[in-house]
Amino acid sequence: MSNSYIPTDGSGPESEDADEVSSLANYYLPAGLPGPLIGPNDLYAPYWNGTRDEKLMIQRNPSTGVYQWPPQWITHDTQSFDIDWVQVEGKGVLYSWTRVWHPVHPILKDSCPYIVVVVELPHAGGIRMLGNLLGDPQQDVEIGAELEAVFEHHNDASQPFTLVQWRKIA
Amino acid sequence: MNNRSLRGKVAAVGVGETTYYRHGESPDPEFVLCLKAILAACSDAGVDPRAIDGFASFSDDRNDPMSLATALGIDELKFSNMQWGGGGAGVAGAVANASAAIVGGLADCVVVYRALAQGQFGRFGQGPQVPGVPSEYALALSYGQMSPAQFFAPKAMRFMHEHGIGQEALRAISMASYHHAQTNQRAVMYGRPLTEEKYDSSRWIAEPFHLYDCCQENDGAAAIILVSADRARHLKQKPAYILGAAIGSSYRVPSSPAAEFSSKNYASSHFGQAAKRLYEMAQLKPGDIDVVQCYENFTGGVLMSLVEHGLFAPEEAMEVLQLENLLAPGGKMPLNTSGGNLAECYMHGLGLQIEAIRQLRGQSTNQVPDVNVSLAVGGPMSPPVSTALYGSEEAL
Repeated sequence: MSNSYIPTDGSGPESEDADEVSSLANYYLPAGLPGPLIGPNDLYAPYWNGTRDEKLMIQRNPSTGVYQWPPQWITHDTQSFDIDWVQVEGKGVLYSWTRVWHPVHPILKDSCPYIVVVVELPHAGGIRMLGNLLGDPQQDVEIGAELEAVFEHHNDASQPFTLVQWRKIA
Repeated sequence: MNNRSLRGKVAAVGVGETTYYRHGESPDPEFVLCLKAILAACSDAGVDPRAIDGFASFSDDRNDPMSLATALGIDELKFSNMQWGGGGAGVAGAVANASAAIVGGLADCVVVYRALAQGQFGRFGQGPQVPGVPSEYALALSYGQMSPAQFFAPKAMRFMHEHGIGQEALRAISMASYHHAQTNQRAVMYGRPLTEEKYDSSRWIAEPFHLYDCCQENDGAAAIILVSADRARHLKQKPAYILGAAIGSSYRVPSSPAAEFSSKNYASSHFGQAAKRLYEMAQLKPGDIDVVQCYENFTGGVLMSLVEHGLFAPEEAMEVLQLENLLAPGGKMPLNTSGGNLAECYMHGLGLQIEAIRQLRGQSTNQVPDVNVSLAVGGPMSPPVSTALYGSEEAL
């Protein structure tokens, strides 16, 4: 792995472009963290492609209705290669969390603390996803809180991608 | 009784460790550290290094058996094995694999080893600094969730939430390790005691983990020599017999910790099923254990591992995990009596396996009286996990 991508001043890779900088300010964490590399025949492509259209797509077994996440090449309950991708509502429940204070990446040096949440989707078989909890990083975090998905578009990344973030339902 | 068992058929007869260093401070290359630990274990056992005929390691150790066998001038290589599992999850699995090779007649004298020089090869606790990662990993890394402490913190957070366990339980685990390191001159944290105040005021790494809830990063090497029980009785050290060992995982845990948040049994060390098989093979109950070594990558992992090994119920955690209960020699459940990964050295848990053996020999710097059954739990939360029970002649 090469370190050459990371600018030494801690700013984003496109920091000379004023428009890009203003859009970076909308991200929960600064640009420059690793994004998804979608390879050919990528198992995760329907998920990442869905997020570009603000759709939350996950796998479901067409014969049993069982959801599975993260994606697999076969259904775990019937061992079938016939799998559906279905759109599910971007709502969830805060299952667990951590507040990160120690940066382990130069991009995050001035961005701590930040909150990572594990979100359970009861309406989709209780599968879980990770995301950041939007809002004050020092806020009280409550397991069981109702959350909704927010799509964070990284259009200025070399391979544009969209992250699914979460915020408390007021 | 099931005849397919390791119980009493193999023994650890030699242990060896290099000087343990803070990460990046080893004057020796990693391969030299590895050779030094193996030679120390041979010397401890009274075994000629050329008689080693098998190698077993874990965690993608870089020191391959052919290089070691060539360097050591080994007569005949009969067995070589690498155990899967992240971090030190495979440490007891390597002991199990070596033991199985001996019982199965594949080899006669197998060394389990691990060497780490993070100065030479890079540190563990850093996130990957690349523009893109395989799409599976982006499910975590793109959210700044990229180091082991960060991966495991929400697991401990959930477990503590479900069972009403407070920060004091994690603090007691950490303080036990630091307490025991103060009499162990091998320990990197020798001479650096920890107090409640120091723990409480230490910075957060990722809640619920303070700095002192996290293992060190070190340079060094460790090795254990295993032979058949019959042969062990004629060697110079008191044999530490393998009573049982087990490798395993919970149901459907993705191999990447970046995706593990979706597993059904999330708030878990993933030891539940393996621990059951461990006790069945050893023909023992948790209450038979005299002293416990339990891998601390993070204190929250110790908490869940101890519960899943049946040492106490989650609801008893606040009562059991009090410092006086965890201290040698007199505590009810002496824990990590060498200082462990937190305060002796993070050799991916091989130091904890060695300490379990030392307790049986009566050679610990924090000796518990009359040890006959000694538990050594490998790295939690990053399966396949592994665990082992060692015993004295009396325990057979």
